[in-house]
Amino acid sequence: MNFDFLFNNFAELTVTGLAFGAIYALIALGYTMVYGVLQLINFAHSEVFMYGTFAALWTTMLLVGDSSVSTMKGIGVLLLALVAAMAMSATIALVLERVAYRRLVKNNSPRLIALISAIGASFVLAELMGLRDRIAGWFGLEDDLQRYVAGARINRSMPNVLDNKQLFPIGDYQVTSIDVLVIVSAIVMMVVLDQFVRRSRLGRGIRATAQDPETAALMGVNSTRAVQMTFLLGGLMAGAAAFLYMLKIETTKFDVGFTLGVKAFTAAVLGGIGNLRGALVGGLILGVAENWGSALFGSEWRDVVAFVILVVILLFRPTGILGESLGKARA
Amino acid sequence: MSKTPAVKKLTGSLGERVASLPKPVKIGLWVAFAVLAYALPLLEPPFISPPGTDFGGVLFTVTIYCLVALGLNIVVGYAGLLDLGYVGFYAVGAYTAAILTTFHANWPLLLALPMAVLASTISGVLLGWPTLRVRGDYLAIVTLGFGEIIRLVAVNTEWLGASKGINDIARPPGKALFEIPHLNWESGVPLLDFNDTTKFIEFGVLDQIPYYWMGLTVVILVLFADRLIKDSRVGRAWEATREDEDAAELMGVPTFRFKLLAFATGAFIGGLAGALYASRQSFINPLSFLLLFSIMFLAAVVIGGQGNRWGVLVGAVVVAYLPERFREFTDFRVLVFGAALMALAIFRPEGLLPPRRTVRAKQSEAEIEALEEGAEGEETSRV
Repeated sequence: MNFDFLFNNFAELTVTGLAFGAIYALIALGYTMVYGVLQLINFAHSEVFMYGTFAALWTTMLLVGDSSVSTMKGIGVLLLALVAAMAMSATIALVLERVAYRRLVKNNSPRLIALISAIGASFVLAELMGLRDRIAGWFGLEDDLQRYVAGARINRSMPNVLDNKQLFPIGDYQVTSIDVLVIVSAIVMMVVLDQFVRRSRLGRGIRATAQDPETAALMGVNSTRAVQMTFLLGGLMAGAAAFLYMLKIETTKFDVGFTLGVKAFTAAVLGGIGNLRGALVGGLILGVAENWGSALFGSEWRDVVAFVILVVILLFRPTGILGESLGKARA
Repeated sequence: MSKTPAVKKLTGSLGERVASLPKPVKIGLWVAFAVLAYALPLLEPPFISPPGTDFGGVLFTVTIYCLVALGLNIVVGYAGLLDLGYVGFYAVGAYTAAILTTFHANWPLLLALPMAVLASTISGVLLGWPTLRVRGDYLAIVTLGFGEIIRLVAVNTEWLGASKGINDIARPPGKALFEIPHLNWESGVPLLDFNDTTKFIEFGVLDQIPYYWMGLTVVILVLFADRLIKDSRVGRAWEATREDEDAAELMGVPTFRFKLLAFATGAFIGGLAGALYASRQSFINPLSFLLLFSIMFLAAVVIGGQGNRWGVLVGAVVVAYLPERFREFTDFRVLVFGAALMALAIFRPEGLLPPRRTVRAKQSEAEIEALEEGAEGEETSRV
């Protein structure tokens, strides 16, 4: 065990861990909300995220090209990329709800079968992205869209739009603008979402449906709408996560969602599934603990650390750290 | 989608007719079915036999999936515990067999096999002991974590061959007694082909058919065991726990112990499948134990009809065989498979072959509903 390395790089490990954790948390929201309302594991949510990364990537490629841009224009480009990513992810999430879930939810099918449907949808979505060059070929578009569809099965990287400025030091580590941007915007998003679900009429509908779908329906909540809203909000958050991920990591691939999805789901369970604040807590703890653990045991043990933490926490606190359900959140 | 009445009547009457046959005839039918299953790779029937790949090898994979599906069915179908890390047990079995028969110990396979099964059963108990107290879906993610931990430990441990894996795993012992010719369909009519034969029974490198026979034999043995367990007190206890844990506990079923037993039994079969796989493959590396496989195993159980041993066998065949048969789609295989999973889930939510109990429950529900509607109809007509 490498304690020296952990202590010497403590600040850097913590800050980057928080940045990763913030991204996990945003993805985890999608899992946790759908679980809170429908009690099913939305396995395909990772693909919702993956489509968001590509939307961000393509938007910047389209607007920036190979030339470098001024700071002001760069900020504009990034904002557009954020909007594109959120729109894309939200669309995919809504389509997913319509195609893979609605019929099963309506027929009250066993929850495991909904999981299988989600797994199927996840394969389909990932492979559609991974075969985009071939699909463009069917329509004779592969030359026009060369830049976007090429390298369908390998890593594609984001053009550099903003310089990653070093802002201020914590200990030995210079905190960069991207670290701050990722952490701050993730937390802002979470607060907005939390307030929305707590205070707005639609949010109340979602919470009512999560608590008791039948009674909610009797009280005039359109449960189909509530479920749709849940997917929409989850998709929006996944899109934001995708954008931040592209800022931080800068590369994406058709199967990038899988590992991140598993991690985000872990974060959701860690914080207490069905609980919005739990997702934030779980995500941040997972991100930081993973970084510390990989410093201590070597980076190849990173994922093992994450899962061991999960197992240990669930043993002592079987409903997660905050352990509240979506329905029980105070109004 | 519900079956049309005509189809339902046909399949229903077929099942009843078979069930009402005298016992010797039924046994005869089963034996004929088993003989056909054993002979399948020798017959190499056109269309069923996948083009361009070794039919024996594909069939062996199918038997391994069948075995795994039967094991996972005990955990998911009978006891109702969602396990997303079943590949972990499979990996424990495979790695134990691999370590014991290669450079670390050099045991013969027949000695290593029981050890592999023992190791995976113990790992099942060790995982189940703390985690089975955790409720439903949390169990899913804990088991998922377990599967990943096993794989990552294998990737990162030099002693386990790290990412290179382990080579030269012992093959089962065998002795070539005589040769069996295959059928050749090239001329349109089946002909015995004496140039293409399988040695009975030698576990070589090229000919995969003996491995298939071995796998099929194990599947049949497990099927018998499964039937005995399911109809015993243990099987009823599992079902009671699945349907309502609190009620079962109140009725005096020690639910935790039975859940642990289900976990251990599932791990036993998973480990056995892993060890057989390792011995056929002769080398293993962590890539054979990805999380994806846990998901495929679960898909086999659920789309086949969890809780019905014949259903999960059908599911295993679908999941293992169809992607091999339609290899000509190559790149689009996963896409098509995903779409098929979705379609099956949406249109056959009970699985391809749901357990008889579910079917009966559905029928009686429909009858009650019809009665209620009928009563209402009478009332309205009276008014």
